[in-house]
Amino acid sequence: MAGTDIIIHDEKDNVGVVVIEKITPKQDCDCWIMENDKSVKIQSKDEIPLGHKIAMTDLKEGDTILKYGHDIGKVVKSIKKGEHVHVHNVKTKKW
Amino acid sequence: MEIPKTFLGYKREDGRTGTRNHVIILPVDDISNACAEAVANNIKGTIALPHSYGRLQFGADLELHFRTMIGTGKNPNVAAVIVIGIEPKWTKRIVDAIATTGKPVEGFSIEGVGDIDTIARVSKKAQEFSIWASEKQREERPISDLWISVKCGESDTTSGLASNPTVGNLMDKLEPLGVHLCFGETSELTGAETVCEKRGKTPEAQEKFRKTWSSYNDFILKEATDDLSESQPTAGNIAGGLTTIEEKAFGNFQKIGGCKFIDVLEPAEEPTKGPGLYFMDTSSAAAECVTLQAAGGFNLHLFPTGQGNIIGNPIEPVVKLTANPLTARTMSEHIDVDVSKILSREMNLDEAGDELIKATIRVANGRLTCAEALGHREFVMTKLYRSA
Repeated sequence: MAGTDIIIHDEKDNVGVVVIEKITPKQDCDCWIMENDKSVKIQSKDEIPLGHKIAMTDLKEGDTILKYGHDIGKVVKSIKKGEHVHVHNVKTKKW
Repeated sequence: MEIPKTFLGYKREDGRTGTRNHVIILPVDDISNACAEAVANNIKGTIALPHSYGRLQFGADLELHFRTMIGTGKNPNVAAVIVIGIEPKWTKRIVDAIATTGKPVEGFSIEGVGDIDTIARVSKKAQEFSIWASEKQREERPISDLWISVKCGESDTTSGLASNPTVGNLMDKLEPLGVHLCFGETSELTGAETVCEKRGKTPEAQEKFRKTWSSYNDFILKEATDDLSESQPTAGNIAGGLTTIEEKAFGNFQKIGGCKFIDVLEPAEEPTKGPGLYFMDTSSAAAECVTLQAAGGFNLHLFPTGQGNIIGNPIEPVVKLTANPLTARTMSEHIDVDVSKILSREMNLDEAGDELIKATIRVANGRLTCAEALGHREFVMTKLYRSA
């Protein structure tokens, strides 16, 4: 069980959450998908701190970010798989 | 885990049960704060609840003010109440409404007397109430006498991953036992509003939720300048990895587990449709929200935090939990329940829910929360608009 670096809520999600203090660039990370208890691997491109999100796939401007299996915002600057996903490249569709 | 069937609480005259036994000195208005605080300083075993409003309010805003004052006095965690206002009329309205519970309550007004004589008169009555309340004993009461409110704060992604689902797990286990439950934070469901609406148990509850959320959202859109950056999500939320209001909303929503809400309450409104989950229309600011829920009659609060919100309430004990291992380490004096082992997968949600139930019952039985021991007594009235 120990050794999980990233948790993904739902199989449909295109982002995961870092659950260790931080991950460093080019780190091979173990990811756990809560919904179906599956494990996947990803190599990070950025340093990403605890609680922040990593892209599980390449994303382009206008794409929708899925977390909890739901729409949580839109991509405003293209993101490569393994990069940090946050306010610099994703915005709300609401306010 | 077998959930205890009872806890030790204070049985009140109206049949409700308190988890605390406070004697409160309640100022009707801002200018009566000094008097209330002086009395609470004189008489041990009493607490003053100073706040900023209560003058020249009107319409729905004034009604909310009264509902909050009256509900706070009626809360079963309160044994007896002293109400102090500048004028007798509004003071009496609050006293009369609190008196319907059968608990000791007395009102005083300052005009024509002055602070010093009022303080002397009120202190005598407050001393009588304090000594009377000190003889109240805890007795075994059914678990269904727990009325639990929830609200999260300084959330981060660990809230949605673990601490909020832990509260949801507790709700799933306690709802069948006849506990009253309440969640709020209208604006913070933005993005998850349609999913939340479907959790209404009846078409009426769903319709009421839709109207309540839309009305709050319209107000935000009207008042917002460019966006709500640094308010929703807050700078703390963003530091913790939350990017958008939608992400925050889906995390927030985990607190109700698989429960369905039976009714939508006005701010500070007391639920009347029996046990189960209620949604209350509240601000997402922690102290405002908990103050309204306490005024609705809830007697114990669960507060998951990510980055470390430190809120407490004068009458409703606030149990704080976190799943963020850094917060659990660096702010341990604020954290009652540490569920950070969920992230390292050394603890599952079922176990975390059980831990939270155990902590909840210990606090209901009288164990001080971290916030109580630290003296957090945030009592914040919600104001709907400018005074006349």
